Amino acid sequence: MSVALAQPERPDYLNDGYGIKSWLLTRDHKRIALLYLASITLFFVLGGIFALIIRLELLTPAGDLVTSQTYNKLFTMHGVIMVFFFLIPSIPAVLGNFLIPLMVGARDLAFPRLNLLSWYVYVVGGVFTLTAAITGGVDTGWTFYTPYSSTYSNTHVVLTVVGVFITGFSSILTGLNFIVTIHKMRAPGLSWFRLPLFVWSMYATSMIFILGTPVLAISLVLVGLERIFRIGIFDPHIGGDPLLFQHLFWFYSHPAVYIMILPSMGVVSEIITCFSRKRAFGYNFIAFSSVAIAVLGFLVWGHHMFVSGQSVAAGVIFSGLSFLVAIPSAIKVFNWTATLYKGSVSYQTPMLYAFGFIGLFTIGGLTGLFLATLGVDVHVHDTYFIIAHFHYIMVGGAVMGYLGGIHFWWPKISGRMYPEWWGRVAAVVVFLGFNLTFFPQFILGYLGMPRRYHAYPPEFQVLNVMSTAGASILGIGYLLPLVYLTWSMRYGPKASANPWAAKGLEWETTSPPPTENFLETPIVTEEAYAYAAPGATHV
Amino acid sequence: MSDRSMAGEAPAPRAHAVAHQFDDAAQQHEAGLLGMWTFLVTEILFFGGMFAGYTVYRSLYPNAFRAGSHAMNLQIGSINTAVLILSSLTMALAVHASQTGRKKPLVAYLSVTMLFGLIFLGFKAIEWTAEFREHHVPGPHFSFGGPDPVHSQIFFSFYFAMTGMHALHMVIGLGLMTFLLITARQGRYGPEYHAPVVVGGLYWHFVDIVWIFLYPLLYLIGARK
Repeated sequence: MSVALAQPERPDYLNDGYGIKSWLLTRDHKRIALLYLASITLFFVLGGIFALIIRLELLTPAGDLVTSQTYNKLFTMHGVIMVFFFLIPSIPAVLGNFLIPLMVGARDLAFPRLNLLSWYVYVVGGVFTLTAAITGGVDTGWTFYTPYSSTYSNTHVVLTVVGVFITGFSSILTGLNFIVTIHKMRAPGLSWFRLPLFVWSMYATSMIFILGTPVLAISLVLVGLERIFRIGIFDPHIGGDPLLFQHLFWFYSHPAVYIMILPSMGVVSEIITCFSRKRAFGYNFIAFSSVAIAVLGFLVWGHHMFVSGQSVAAGVIFSGLSFLVAIPSAIKVFNWTATLYKGSVSYQTPMLYAFGFIGLFTIGGLTGLFLATLGVDVHVHDTYFIIAHFHYIMVGGAVMGYLGGIHFWWPKISGRMYPEWWGRVAAVVVFLGFNLTFFPQFILGYLGMPRRYHAYPPEFQVLNVMSTAGASILGIGYLLPLVYLTWSMRYGPKASANPWAAKGLEWETTSPPPTENFLETPIVTEEAYAYAAPGATHV
Repeated sequence: MSDRSMAGEAPAPRAHAVAHQFDDAAQQHEAGLLGMWTFLVTEILFFGGMFAGYTVYRSLYPNAFRAGSHAMNLQIGSINTAVLILSSLTMALAVHASQTGRKKPLVAYLSVTMLFGLIFLGFKAIEWTAEFREHHVPGPHFSFGGPDPVHSQIFFSFYFAMTGMHALHMVIGLGLMTFLLITARQGRYGPEYHAPVVVGGLYWHFVDIVWIFLYPLLYLIGARK
């Protein structure tokens, strides 16, 4: 399919114009993905620096490195930046933007200008938030709980809230673009059940973008109005209810957790099928479990509010519903394992990340069951157990998937190979550093160390020192890909169109792809992942 | 909001050029429509947050909400409702004119729609000014003499947040209409290419429908003698 004419120097999307203008005004989804990659990396580094300062502060029991006020601002900025400016846009905006048109065999997303606009919106939101950070910061925690955020905090809440609000529109526009593209622009022969599982996961993610983000937007507007005009919707003095904010906030922000993890699951499905040379076991189940997670994600927000004073009945219902999310998640893990079974598995860098993902996501997911259990949650509420749990999901899950995906598609994105040895070293360092950072926090939390404190009793010090040591290793693990991937962009050996011998339309065009993606519209004649591994049993 | 791009890459040079990423005009048209519908879903949820909040407090403080509703200017509210429904009619006629390629009626209907929109906003401004004079705007200077003045402030908070957000959408809609009016006068729309008018119409109808919910919730809940 799409046979390329043999030309010495074929134009690709990277050398289609060199000036700043050709990038900043581009409507090519691949270039927009790279714009996102650059800005998201910047935010990741910033959020990481905040995290390291937090960990350094916690090296000693006394709060001696920064004041408690500064500490509050540090963890707030770490949370805001990492959640809204890194985790949520990371895979959709970078890999989704780059891959969805390629994977469905289209020349671009449905609305290229809207796509560029969404990057600018993201950047403007980022500028607002960073301005807030530079001019004094904000100390409410990334959840902006009222009435503290709306009435009492005397930091830059409005500026930060506006930044997050604006960024939300970037997510909405991206999700909208994906949904329309997946619906309307599939290549001939590419039926829904021939779509790569990554596309399914992006589809489910877009649904959450569309249905959740506006609710977050309006809650933040109300917080802003309440701060500026004292309108009192959340203010208990005049009968307003701070709980209403929590309901509205978590109605988005719990599904947002699945925005962070679903794309990674899609990436992992691609990697595992490719490096075990097998068809995906239970393709339909993996596809539908993505949708199921997206739907169930909207029904469980109340498990963030078990100790908030909501009714016991609500607590019990939300507890029960929360358990349900474990089912589609477990289906995925089982299906990946079954895909590996009797496959001819090779341990390349992306595969190491995928394995890391499965391990860490399983731990994170199982501890999620602890927290869905009403009684246990009351015990570990607002302790480091929670911190460890969601970092296992968000960092162990989302970031592992993101790094795995970046490595897997790096040859396609940059047209160059990265040094495999360094790739594997970095994957192992990240995995070890991650576990050393966050596993001790499960124990800390179980023993009762509360989150968001900048000083703690001396008996917790050993575990905190372990955690800080792990964070340093993790930091190095993240730095390595930054260095060798940047290096490979210029000096790496040229990649072939399909270096992994993978299936999927994106591998049928050249690396890097030409601006119009395919010289001829591809026609799909086989199902997804039609691998035939020697000795592998097809299920 | 870039509704223009949502309309499927409104072409600059030629009337019914198909943007490079689409195979044909039909695909482009469908993509534009689906895009707008999806966007409207997000809008429903955007307003949905406020509707949810309103519902909660309405059930907590029924007396305060009833009193607040009594204080609304029912006349202006009703006239505005009629104005918006009429504007939806003219908008629908504009869409039809664009599909059949009749330029003059299209321009006329779009102008009338915009006029209705401006009338609506004018009445809204009169209403808000009156509320402002009577210190009904929530905040330090709020005062209201109903049976439950404290909680009435929450009613007025929702009133201003919801109608304010709605008015903002009207203003955006008027911007959209201006764009349609200019391009319609250039004779850009016809049987083959009219997606921007259809998509703009969807947006306009949506804003009207939100008002259809706001009107009873804000103006009619306190049964009047």
